[in-house]
Amino acid sequence: MADTLFEAKELHTYYGSSHILHGVDFHVGAGESVALMGRNGMGKTTLIRSMMGIVPPRHGRILVRGDDMSRQPTYRIAQRGIAYVPEGRGIFPNLTVRENLMMAARPGVDGNCEWTFDRVMATFPRLSERLANGGGQLSGGEQQMLTIGRALMTNPSLLILDEATEGLAPLVALEIWMIVRDICASNIATVIVDKNYAALTEVADRAVVLVKGRVAYHGSSAELRGRPETIRQYLGL
Amino acid sequence: MDIFSFLVQTLNAVQYGLLLFLVASGLTLVFGIMGIINLAHGSFYMAGAYLAFGLTSATGSLLWAIVLGIPLAMLFGAALEALLFVHLYKREHLDQVLLTYGLILIFEEMRSILVGDDVHGVPMPAFLEGSIPLDDTLSYPIYRLAISAVCIVLAIGLYLLIQRTRLGMMIRAGSHDRDMVQALGINIKLIYRVVFALGVAMAALAGMLAAPISSVAPNMGGQVLILSFVVVVVGGIGSVWGALIGALLIGFADTFGKVILPEFAGVMVYLVMAAVLLWRPAGLLGKG
Ligand SMILES: Nc1ncnc2c1ncn2[C@@H]1O[C@H](COP(=O)(O)OP(=O)(O)OP(=O)(O)O)[C@@H](O)[C@H]1O
Ligand SMILES: [Mg+2]
Repeated sequence: MADTLFEAKELHTYYGSSHILHGVDFHVGAGESVALMGRNGMGKTTLIRSMMGIVPPRHGRILVRGDDMSRQPTYRIAQRGIAYVPEGRGIFPNLTVRENLMMAARPGVDGNCEWTFDRVMATFPRLSERLANGGGQLSGGEQQMLTIGRALMTNPSLLILDEATEGLAPLVALEIWMIVRDICASNIATVIVDKNYAALTEVADRAVVLVKGRVAYHGSSAELRGRPETIRQYLGL
Repeated sequence: MDIFSFLVQTLNAVQYGLLLFLVASGLTLVFGIMGIINLAHGSFYMAGAYLAFGLTSATGSLLWAIVLGIPLAMLFGAALEALLFVHLYKREHLDQVLLTYGLILIFEEMRSILVGDDVHGVPMPAFLEGSIPLDDTLSYPIYRLAISAVCIVLAIGLYLLIQRTRLGMMIRAGSHDRDMVQALGINIKLIYRVVFALGVAMAALAGMLAAPISSVAPNMGGQVLILSFVVVVVGGIGSVWGALIGALLIGFADTFGKVILPEFAGVMVYLVMAAVLLWRPAGLLGKG
């Protein structure tokens, strides 16, 4: 595959002595949207943290655009055009909304500056009313918008969203999904983890299901939608 | 106390407090951002004073000594962080205290080997000699006013750096969540190195500025270290603005303590600290 953006090969990741990922293979093509699925505690967040080098895998390789980044620090991986919206948000509450966004601003790997402060404001008008507020004073939905906006300020080639709608009121979650849909439709590749499987398989091109740190299923999301027994088996729905 | 001697004491208190701030701000930044207790911070003050002595002798002017000394101190701080302190981030406070106490001994020994144990003086720049007369008997040295002015400029500069620049935003963000800062493509280790080097340079500059008005002597870092810790604790650990207020408070307590209650002069600073901590256990601007 010439246009593979990100590739993880045979990842084995541990927290101390507990072995969490057991040889996970995972890849994302340029512009592609991948749904990362699995029940609680199956290793989705761990896979993402390994991809980012936050919890480096003990074995296996991480390639970004074909370059081996396995032993590279997180910031180098991020600088290759990968942005991360973590579970539980990860805004900086001691910075204002404006500062949260400005500190992250950076042209993309290919020098593109499509995402600017103004464009983030246009995408998340609610944030523009709260620019001088501390990040910690925002509502849950606003915090999530801020984290997504901040990730976009780095002009990423790949955006990873870990439970971006978790704990949000339905209407706010809907608002986030609309933005996620737009991002997926743009040239930014995405990896999305979410509990809303219907919305997830609708926006994603492909689905990967983890069971106990192993890939139990991968295929197109259209195909997965057509296999309710697989969904029941692996996701318990 | 008449109005002029009150003015003189006030100016002294401010000057002393601001100089303490220069040392304490680095201490509190390094603690607040990197979580490191650095007992060797006072040694940087001492190193600055000796640097002022050595470089003033060599170049003939304290100004040149400062111009050369600040980059040297920054380089020294960056090297020290890269070689030693970088290993302390993930360690317990006890390890940090052990290593940095060891460093004090090493720095004192190196000082003894390199320049000996004599007490030295450093001449102030000629254009800052002299005093401003206040009344028939009292006058105020221009050099001390110059120290205060330099410290105020630096305090404003530090404020702008931390509050108004992207580096400052990254520094503040890093004190909250270093993984997230890295995930945004920012090299947090480099930022730590810069902050550490900045702290070393400010402490060294305080030593250089103080050299002409206090003698350059062995163990001069010890007293400053203790007072800086008092300032950091009074201001609230990790808070730069707390350190500024704390430093001025300690400056006033020490200076006026000696005048008003000479019999308590030695403990005045600690009484103030105890009073502040009884009132606000986390310090003036501390959290939690
Ligand atoms: N910091 C940690 N230390 C030790 N074990 C951990 C740690 N974080 C997660 N685990 C364990 O690793 C396993 C995988 O966790 P992970 O967070 O990757 O799952 P997940 O699929 O993201 O689940 P969820 O849907 O709940 O977010 C779980 O068994 C969890 O208990
Ligand atoms: Mg998770």
